[in-house]
Amino acid sequence: MSREQYQPPSLASGSNPGATTSSATGGFNVTGEGFSDTSRPVQYLCGDCDAKVSLKRGDPIRCKECGYRVLYKERTNRMIQFEAR
Amino acid sequence: MPSWAPLSKEELAKARAPLSEEQLQQRRMVRINAETVTDTSATDIPGHWGPGQDDSWNLERFRKSLQITFHQNKPLDATFSLIGVDASIANAFRRILIAEVPTLSIEEVFMLDNTSIIQDEVLAHRMGLIPLIGGHEGLRWLRRFEKAPPKDDFAAQAKYDPDDVEDNAKTPNDHNTIVLELDVTCRWANEKEDGRDGRKLAKEGSTDPTEKYINSNVYAKQLVFKPQGEQVSMFAGENAIRTANPDILIAKLRPGQRIKLSCHCIKGIGADHAKFSPVATASYRLLPHIDITQPILGADAKKFAKCFPKGVIGLEHDAESGQEKAVVIDPMKDTVSRECLRHDEFKDKVKLGRIRDHFIFSVESTGQFNSDELFLDSIRLLKAKAEKFKRHLTELEEGR
Repeated sequence: MSREQYQPPSLASGSNPGATTSSATGGFNVTGEGFSDTSRPVQYLCGDCDAKVSLKRGDPIRCKECGYRVLYKERTNRMIQFEAR
Repeated sequence: MPSWAPLSKEELAKARAPLSEEQLQQRRMVRINAETVTDTSATDIPGHWGPGQDDSWNLERFRKSLQITFHQNKPLDATFSLIGVDASIANAFRRILIAEVPTLSIEEVFMLDNTSIIQDEVLAHRMGLIPLIGGHEGLRWLRRFEKAPPKDDFAAQAKYDPDDVEDNAKTPNDHNTIVLELDVTCRWANEKEDGRDGRKLAKEGSTDPTEKYINSNVYAKQLVFKPQGEQVSMFAGENAIRTANPDILIAKLRPGQRIKLSCHCIKGIGADHAKFSPVATASYRLLPHIDITQPILGADAKKFAKCFPKGVIGLEHDAESGQEKAVVIDPMKDTVSRECLRHDEFKDKVKLGRIRDHFIFSVESTGQFNSDELFLDSIRLLKAKAEKFKRHLTELEEGR
């Protein structure tokens, strides 16, 4: 299985977390249920020139500006709550 | 005469007499000797001095002996003498000042973006420690927000009863929560907006981040108060919630980094977390007392004055001997170093001590309330505690 075909295990498939570890053959949710849009572009930052790179599934991992192959994922844009203690 | 012999009339009168004024002054003293401290506990307990001395607690007498004088009363630093109370009361005030006067502080931090070098948790903690100020009336109007204790704190969980908490205090609303926001992005300085080109300066060898970048430092003054509901009128104009010290450095940024967060501030007490403590320090010391029992004259007087901090001992012309004589000017300035007790020439000529019921308080507020106000608050809180205790006692008596 190439890396692009890999689907992370989903709890929606009904198997408990302990079962997923032993299921090298089956148990992976190959239908892609729960992961709606894998073709959605994701923003990355180039490790060399700091340019914003948006990659879709299957795109070569490469900066479009300078060709550098190390890309960093951006911080989540979700809110995170902390206690000021 | 044997010890069991009946007392003569004079002896009987002496045993039944109350303490003289001099004795009363003497028993206020904590004695400080070269290597020991004696008479540390108070002896004005009923029955301690025999039948002649009435030490029962009496409001009228307490009122007469109680005295409060201010030496310095600045908003951030007050020094005053509290005279005529027991150490337990003075200590209660100090402890209430530190741990129980409610204060507004940042409690929740909602991190929307933080690409700076400082980690989210650390940044949140730093935010919490920033002292806030605002209109006193509004701050007093603000109610407590009762947070449910964390799930893993079983002791607090056991004590917590959601039915005890008012419905209004369970959810954050404009009566109990202040919202502050911070949104700072760092970028290179450019010619158009800032009148200087940061990149060019960097090429020329500039190493000053404030010159090359905009917003390289995030300061507490960049926190923006977002009044909610009724807060618009309660914290209008100069009463707005802001930081007590505008130049507190929160974080450092480099071009492209950003901090965007919003904070919920609630009222809490210092016993819960030090950030809620309204004072930087609140402490007291006893007034030092220097008793010169025999005159110290001439060169000895000069040496004696040098044993104390400046201004404690003065020199006065003594008519009797025609020499300079050491006199006590201001015992308040003394640090009670006991240096004078190390020299043989002052032996039996000086007695050091402290006055047991004279407390020199020093209260330094963090800015939210004035120091003298805080002391009054501590009295109010102690009074409320006493009343609560009294209520419980009556309930106990009535068998409820």
